[in-house]
Amino acid sequence: MAGLHKSEFANPVINWIDTRLPVFTMLQKEYGVFPTPKNFNYFWNFGALAMVNLMIMIATGIFLAMNYQPNSELAFDSVQHIMRDVNYGWLIRYVHQNGASMFFIVTYIHIFRGLYYGSYKSPRELLWMMGVVILLLMMATAFMGYVLPWGQMSYWGATVITNLFSAFPVVGPKIVTLLWGGFSVDNPTLNRFFALHYLLPFVLIGVVFLHIAALHVVGSNNPLGIDVKTPQDTLPFHPYYTIKDSVGMCVYLIVFAILVFFAPNFLGDPNNFIPANPLQTPADIVPEWYFLPYYAILRSVPNKLLGVCLMFASILVLFVLPWLDTSRVRSARFRPIYRQLIWVWVAAFIGLGVCGAHKPEGVWVILSRVCTLYYFLHFLVILPLLGKLERPLALPESISQPVTGGRGGGPLPSGATTKPMEKA
Amino acid sequence: MHALRSLMAGIFAAGLLAAPVMASEEAPHPPAQKWSFASVFGTYDLASAQRGFQVYSEVCANCHSMRLLHYRDLAGIGFSPEQIKAIASNVTVPMGIDDQGAPKEGKGTPASKFRSPFPNDNAARSANGGALPPDLSLIVNAREGEYDYIFALLTGYAEAPAKFTMQDGMNYNKYFPGHQIAMPKPLSDGQVTFADGTSNSVEQMSRDLVTFLTWAANPEMVERKQMGVRIVLFLILMTGLTYAVKRKIWADVH
Repeated sequence: MAGLHKSEFANPVINWIDTRLPVFTMLQKEYGVFPTPKNFNYFWNFGALAMVNLMIMIATGIFLAMNYQPNSELAFDSVQHIMRDVNYGWLIRYVHQNGASMFFIVTYIHIFRGLYYGSYKSPRELLWMMGVVILLLMMATAFMGYVLPWGQMSYWGATVITNLFSAFPVVGPKIVTLLWGGFSVDNPTLNRFFALHYLLPFVLIGVVFLHIAALHVVGSNNPLGIDVKTPQDTLPFHPYYTIKDSVGMCVYLIVFAILVFFAPNFLGDPNNFIPANPLQTPADIVPEWYFLPYYAILRSVPNKLLGVCLMFASILVLFVLPWLDTSRVRSARFRPIYRQLIWVWVAAFIGLGVCGAHKPEGVWVILSRVCTLYYFLHFLVILPLLGKLERPLALPESISQPVTGGRGGGPLPSGATTKPMEKA
Repeated sequence: MHALRSLMAGIFAAGLLAAPVMASEEAPHPPAQKWSFASVFGTYDLASAQRGFQVYSEVCANCHSMRLLHYRDLAGIGFSPEQIKAIASNVTVPMGIDDQGAPKEGKGTPASKFRSPFPNDNAARSANGGALPPDLSLIVNAREGEYDYIFALLTGYAEAPAKFTMQDGMNYNKYFPGHQIAMPKPLSDGQVTFADGTSNSVEQMSRDLVTFLTWAANPEMVERKQMGVRIVLFLILMTGLTYAVKRKIWADVH
């Protein structure tokens, strides 16, 4: 029988299926014996954690959708119905609500990992760019999800953010009308946001699949940022990284559980416990915490169009990052100056987040401008120049060399190759 | 480079320190009170919540609705089914429309929603000098400062300072943003008589009421925290076990 896949599985049922549809062979190849650099630190957990988080969001979201009413008259009360009357509805809803925050925490750390160890550099440019697409889809999904409870902050957040598109000349107002399905945020807006909020996670799955497919073609980067040279540099994914990811997942679940069970509204806004009221604007309109840095960039510029452009540019610049960074050394560990400046960039990003939470007055305006300036300077000026000016440290021969004895003092426990500072 | 990093950290820290200072210019921060439910293992003081329900029914319910609650929910603060039936049957609630199409009213049942004092927002506004008494179902969660703020508000009525000009029909409150609140001082000493002989000072009534309102906004809290303790303990154990397995599997690498 030519053309049939030859399965190596002993179990006759698995063998029968695998011969006709080699999913088991594929799983074995991609998640069983898949050769993975042996020197990952715990930063390499966060991709798997993001995947788990996406699954949690979809699972809880489907059950929420069974009881939620996407109608401006009913939405707020239906969420409270879930919280009060649906069996364990409060649990499902709080997991979903805080799951969004966890998703961004995990993803931001995952992105930081990429920035620090140069995971965006050749040959992983496309892999990185698909990651940026994932980030954008996540943001759109999270934004629309926040509108669904139809509280005051849902309503006014939706009004402010959708209105941003009106800054674009000619097409702007048309885009806004299209987003709203009318001439203000209203029931049609809620309807289409619900539909899109249900759709986009599945688009996300598709892009995540491509992200992982591309990863399995080029292989993972690693803390040294050098290529895998010999089989001694790698370990099979299972059991080495399945168990290491499991350790990270347990810790992640602890943080998640503490949020859900002991501080479920800690990251929320009290205003969202008030039903949406188009006639009454809250004193402060603040987006969810994970959007605060971009919100601060937006408000740091007095011109609306320029502010909107900068805000979008702050994400879009990541698409061209592989070409902005001219250094051929991937890992910050061997780039003495970049290694310092990446923390300045992190400080600027966090600083922007703090600015975004405050009214744009006094010191906050200045601080947000300084941080915005550095955010862009880092990508557009420093990285292109630094690659030419910086003198990188000598790279190790291979991955197995520094692990087996390059650092002296016998075998190191895994993860010890990471300095404590990098665990922040 | 280190100097640069500490400079950034300094700016960051300065920002964090400046935040509460700026907030305090608007209204004083409500002082933190001791609550039965505030800690990680905290539960609702049921007797207090039941007295709070009495305060709500006798005082607040004249103007404020709690439209998200049903009488059956009162089982959550320890009322027996008989008590709930009695409480509900003392209330007249809307019962849809009769055969002639006129609105019908009848005795409440445990399944009835809490009776709202006004048929709609316009009626509520016109009876309250234009101000809308907010629904209290979620009021504790819907305010910055939560239960401490509500307690501070209830006990924060005072004479307006001499230089402070009040608008007509407004009342001075130390903790209300802007200090001018449409609601007159709702509680005064001795207003409600508790069957269990608990003091009926403004402070005690406010404390009980806030306990009740916190329960009303978060009826799942006790179950949630208890489940959380078990799940977090399990996860810590799981982390330990997983880490031990990880160490064993990785022992032969290097």
